[in-house]
Amino acid sequence: MSKKFYLYSALIAFIIVAPFAFPDFKTQLATVWLMIIVALTWDMTGGQMGYNSLGNITFYGTGMYVAAVVAIALVYDVGEYNNAFGGGIYVFTNQQYFLGLILGTVAAGLFCSLIAVVIGFITFGLRGPYFAIGTLGVAIAAGELVSNWDWVGGGQGIALPVFPGDYDVGKVMFYFLFAGTGVILFVFAKWLYSTRFGAAINAIRDDEEKAEAMGIHTLQYKLAAWAIAAFFVGVAGAISAFQLIHFEPLETAYQTINLGIFMVVCVLLGGAGTLWGPVVGAILFHVFKEVTWNYLLGWQWVALGALIVVTVVYFQGGVVGWVMDKYPQWFGLSRVAEDVSEDEQS
Amino acid sequence: MTSILDVKNVSKSYGGVAANTDISLSVKKGAITGLIGPNGSGKTTLFNSIVGYHPIDSGSICFEGLEISKMPVQKIARLGLLRTFQQTRIYGQMNGIDNMLISLPHRKMRFVDAFGRNGSEEHERAESLLEFVGLYEKRFLRAGSLSFGQQKLLEFAMALMNEPTGLLLDEPTAGINPTLINGLIDRLRRANEEFGITLFVIEHNMRVIMNMAEHIYCLAHGQLLAEGTPSEIQNDQRVIDAYLGAH
Repeated sequence: MSKKFYLYSALIAFIIVAPFAFPDFKTQLATVWLMIIVALTWDMTGGQMGYNSLGNITFYGTGMYVAAVVAIALVYDVGEYNNAFGGGIYVFTNQQYFLGLILGTVAAGLFCSLIAVVIGFITFGLRGPYFAIGTLGVAIAAGELVSNWDWVGGGQGIALPVFPGDYDVGKVMFYFLFAGTGVILFVFAKWLYSTRFGAAINAIRDDEEKAEAMGIHTLQYKLAAWAIAAFFVGVAGAISAFQLIHFEPLETAYQTINLGIFMVVCVLLGGAGTLWGPVVGAILFHVFKEVTWNYLLGWQWVALGALIVVTVVYFQGGVVGWVMDKYPQWFGLSRVAEDVSEDEQS
Repeated sequence: MTSILDVKNVSKSYGGVAANTDISLSVKKGAITGLIGPNGSGKTTLFNSIVGYHPIDSGSICFEGLEISKMPVQKIARLGLLRTFQQTRIYGQMNGIDNMLISLPHRKMRFVDAFGRNGSEEHERAESLLEFVGLYEKRFLRAGSLSFGQQKLLEFAMALMNEPTGLLLDEPTAGINPTLINGLIDRLRRANEEFGITLFVIEHNMRVIMNMAEHIYCLAHGQLLAEGTPSEIQNDQRVIDAYLGAH
């Protein structure tokens, strides 16, 4: 058995044991996985394809709403359920709860993929910073639209049924839903980046005009990459909706200035355009955030700003990029280094 | 022999500057055709018009009998008409092999093929073409770290990887070491003869173009000044005047 096999086995074992080994941190660990999911998906377009979206949070919020609406619609009338003056009591049986969770999550992923294609069709005409601002605008507009839509609860959001069963069991379940999605996403991304598709989106990042001139279907690839990213963000949003029980549009669902920016910081911190960078970055970022939010309360945003500045100025390749630069032989890049030194000698 | 590319009465202006005025020319299938002219005479503008980089004001451009003047860049490239850039463009973050593999002809690929990996066949082709342009030893280097001349050769190899029927080369020898130029002429010829690729070449190096091309067009001030065989062009007083600055 190779070294890699043992490494991955140990990781999987750790992922499974973690919520039981650290029972007080179940929700924290679940949130780490959420960060990993949004960071990995952000890197798919941001790091691998060179399209820095500030609007991926749209899919997180939309995922929440789609999942909630599907889960409710299976049993009750959505408008009546969300009516602020309704005052009705709505009960979900176990079967209704889990059916809603499963169908809602799948529907959220698929719907987000669909809107990624529609939004992408319009915004992928924009390049560089214009794309970032354009997608940010989409996210803000989406939040405002939803917060004025009474059918889905307007500004007060939606309250979903509570997990039927023991509170702690619920926490473990949500941990494994996030972890499972994260592991599937990681394996999928690892495979995707090894295919021609991965090469094509890298080509778009390096020189899109050249890629066009070589006949690559650039728009098709861009839409597909974003649709894949949106699917996973939508799924993560759906799981979050059930985990949080209640969510509202501007601060929870379409939280542009929180999670919408955090995902970008995670990737920059870990290393854009690498497979492990977003994972490492998400873990480091979450630890940093929780530590400062607990021990530097009042200064936490300043500390976060300082972290962003230091990363952008001194570690442009992120943690993983920095390690790759220092120890290329760990990544099978030694051949490149040797060739370079030969070249310099001649 | 029939023509593969027909340009008829093409005009293109940027604001008040007429970059191309009423240009008509045709490129013979399987041949090497040259395009010369002083700096700023509209050669690259014409190339850009042909590959769909910008819309033309009037006229028509046909590739293998198909009107392409209103098609976008990618679609024209997928028809098998490719161009290389004067300011070389390669994928800087990737190594030579990856640059070659991403240049596989996408016109022969369905969307699902994108989710496959390249086999040994593609790798061998990539390596043999890198060998062909003399970059085999540098194949694992980051393409961005290659010298300008090497990038130019890499771009040429990438174009060959794409198996085009027609290839527009914008100053293939600019920035290349004079001792390598003979090798490059030889490779362009072999690409033309062995792979059967029709070449349409912009070139400032008269020795290169006179040796290679069987038919040459000369542009000056955005207009077609002269055409003919290399010897006809060399002896054309108008061409000489254009290059020496007389009017």
